[in-house]
Amino acid sequence: MNKKIISVLLAALMIFSLCSCGKDKGSERKAANEVVIGIAQDLGDSLNPYQMTAAGTKEIMTNLYEGLYKVAPSGDYVPAVAEDCNISEDGTVYTFPLRQGVKFHNGKEVTAEDVIYSFKTCLEISVDSSLPAVLQSADVKSEGNNIVITLSAANNDFLAYVSLVYIIPEGYSAEAATNPVGTGPYKFVSRSVQESIVFEKFDEYWGTPASIKKVTCKIHENSTALIAAINAGAIDLVPHLTLDQVAGIGEGYDVLEDSMKLVQALYLNNAREPFNDVRVRKAICYALDIDEILKITAEGHGSKLGSSIYPAFSKYFDESLVGMYPHNVDEAKRLLTEAGYPDGFSMTVTVPSNYTPHVNVGQVIVRQLQEAGIKAELKEIEWNSWLTDVYSGRDFDSTVSGFDASTLTANALLARWTSDNKKNMIGFKSERYDELIAKATVETDDAIRTQLYKEATRVLAEEAANAYIQDLAEYTVINKDLSGYTFYPLYRIDFTTIYYK
Amino acid sequence: MKYVLKKAINLILTVVLVSFLAFCAFQIIGDPIARMLGAEATPEKIAQLREELGFNRPVMTRYLEWAGNFLRGDMGISYSYKLPVAEMVLPKLGTTVALTLMAFVLTCVASISIGVFQVRLKSARIDRLMTVANQIIMSIPPFFIGILFTCFFGLVLHWFTPGYFVSFKEDPAGFFGYLFLPAVSIAIPKISQCVKMLRSQTGAELEKDYIRTAYSRGMNTGFAVNYHALHNAIIPVISFLAVSLAEMLASCIIIEQIFTIPGIGRLLLSSISSRDFTVVLAIVVILVIWVIVVNYIADIIYPLVDPRIKVSK
Repeated sequence: MNKKIISVLLAALMIFSLCSCGKDKGSERKAANEVVIGIAQDLGDSLNPYQMTAAGTKEIMTNLYEGLYKVAPSGDYVPAVAEDCNISEDGTVYTFPLRQGVKFHNGKEVTAEDVIYSFKTCLEISVDSSLPAVLQSADVKSEGNNIVITLSAANNDFLAYVSLVYIIPEGYSAEAATNPVGTGPYKFVSRSVQESIVFEKFDEYWGTPASIKKVTCKIHENSTALIAAINAGAIDLVPHLTLDQVAGIGEGYDVLEDSMKLVQALYLNNAREPFNDVRVRKAICYALDIDEILKITAEGHGSKLGSSIYPAFSKYFDESLVGMYPHNVDEAKRLLTEAGYPDGFSMTVTVPSNYTPHVNVGQVIVRQLQEAGIKAELKEIEWNSWLTDVYSGRDFDSTVSGFDASTLTANALLARWTSDNKKNMIGFKSERYDELIAKATVETDDAIRTQLYKEATRVLAEEAANAYIQDLAEYTVINKDLSGYTFYPLYRIDFTTIYYK
Repeated sequence: MKYVLKKAINLILTVVLVSFLAFCAFQIIGDPIARMLGAEATPEKIAQLREELGFNRPVMTRYLEWAGNFLRGDMGISYSYKLPVAEMVLPKLGTTVALTLMAFVLTCVASISIGVFQVRLKSARIDRLMTVANQIIMSIPPFFIGILFTCFFGLVLHWFTPGYFVSFKEDPAGFFGYLFLPAVSIAIPKISQCVKMLRSQTGAELEKDYIRTAYSRGMNTGFAVNYHALHNAIIPVISFLAVSLAEMLASCIIIEQIFTIPGIGRLLLSSISSRDFTVVLAIVVILVIWVIVVNYIADIIYPLVDPRIKVSK
């Protein structure tokens, strides 16, 4: 009798497990105009607009939150909650007339009070490092339907910062972490930790309405599971995949190539011996064979860099810096001898172990340095330790890592290397560089400013501040039935442009 | 009544001790501030947040405060998610408990039937073969079986999609379907252990005088096994199953990683790496309560099966 029970039970369970995979979920979703996006990391931080830290959280939540201005796919800043922006002659007074009839997801209309509250709260609780500093020197007032912001000194990047001050209803900050409300094209529906976050199209959005009705972001922290879920047709779109991952994708999907928009380099501790000697730094640059690195780690994909600007930032990217230090072991050895290290020296290459692309590149670099006579050694550390020891503690020889831009401004990538900047992890010191950045920040003429930034990037390259490697290639996989996915020059997954063909 | 009281005191003491140890462990591995604020945090911000969250105060004060809130049913707010811990943990607990219970039911049903089948076997050769096979299966850890299952059933046969977990709310059939293989992975080693135990216990009972007397009264083997030997052999098996039920919850923590099931195991591990104390402590306390309660239930069942055992000891 027992056996009968078991067999019935087992059969029942088996049928359950079989029905869970048989259905064609893809066409079901198409009929319902829904999209499932696979994301590789949990939204493991606050959803409060001013306290999001992870790039993976921000790139999704920008579908929900908007500032007075927001970034467009072209990289320009365009009006959002504000209708326009008038800047005074001297560049210190910004007047933003509010757009009429912009509604929050809770149905309330946006008022000047909400905007003032948002600026005030952002200044108080923001976890961003540069934003509060900028807001500190800004006086925000409302004049009727206008928001007038007076700066203590002109700042050409101000609109970029304005775009980070997401507008939320007055008094809503505390609740925003659990039930976010903004003015964006999508509104928050639900969130389940380590499982998913669900958004729905906001019907009263002021701008071009989105096409997709419901967007579910499914969290798959396990990469194998993510790929398997794509192949099972459970997911329509996955950003930020590597070449290896894409290789396993079956039919029914398009693969779009893009770059990660970050500056990957072998960052050198300029403040520490022997890296305080420019000849040693140059020797390291000559010792590295970037083409080989790309070939081994990404089958040749990736955009080479010459300085701290990535190519997607076309305005400031200087292509002539890319080949400044061609692979040349003899030159590297000559420079080392000249610097007093004819037999090389010992150094560690620290890498954050959770970032496979950095670890892979680190392994190739160590071998290439050894070929040039430098006794290099790879050291993998946990991400938390990387933040405390390497980034904040500056206790490292060299590290393979990547820096991205929080706003679409040259300063987001370049300002950190000025001598007294707290974020100058490598301890780079150059009077000329400091001077160029300081001048560029206050220069109002765009052409001159661009030229100054370009010169600054040249200083970084000439001084061999770091051994610059690449902006890594990355891939987005998208259901063949979908179209319209748009890349931004910074981290962003825009739901609004996607539609079913 | 005295017994219940004793158990309750036992439970409270264990919870206090374990949660305190967990609390202390976090003093060693550091706080979550750096991660909460990201790479760009300024020292002032760090100091400010540390002050806000009270990391500057002595461990004992903070522990007592946490314990006080916990008793009042307030598990605190997750540092990283900023969500109430209860809201995060309790829905996940359902998944993990469902997985554990599925594995447990499988173990009970399968091991008792296989065990009885083996005892009643006429052929000594098959009996020996089963014992050897049992010995081998017993030594395979659940996580390895899990890996084999994902490869074979997931990637080769495509019976299920590894990682494509659906929640109970979305699709109850899909939910149990997805949990089936993980539950089997957890159950298999336990089944072999249990079968071995049942086999040797019942075997020993069958040698005893009362069974011989039973045979002499004209009883057949089936009756002797089912109504006499099994009854006496089952006591240690029940205590084994009770211990297993506690262990299975621990196995879930690992199996959840392999099958990417969003249960409390995965939440526990990710919370440890993000130094999210409040979540970790809540889960640890839940695990402790689980283990103690399960053992308590086993204690209650004994006298029901065998009236000679009294709880009042």
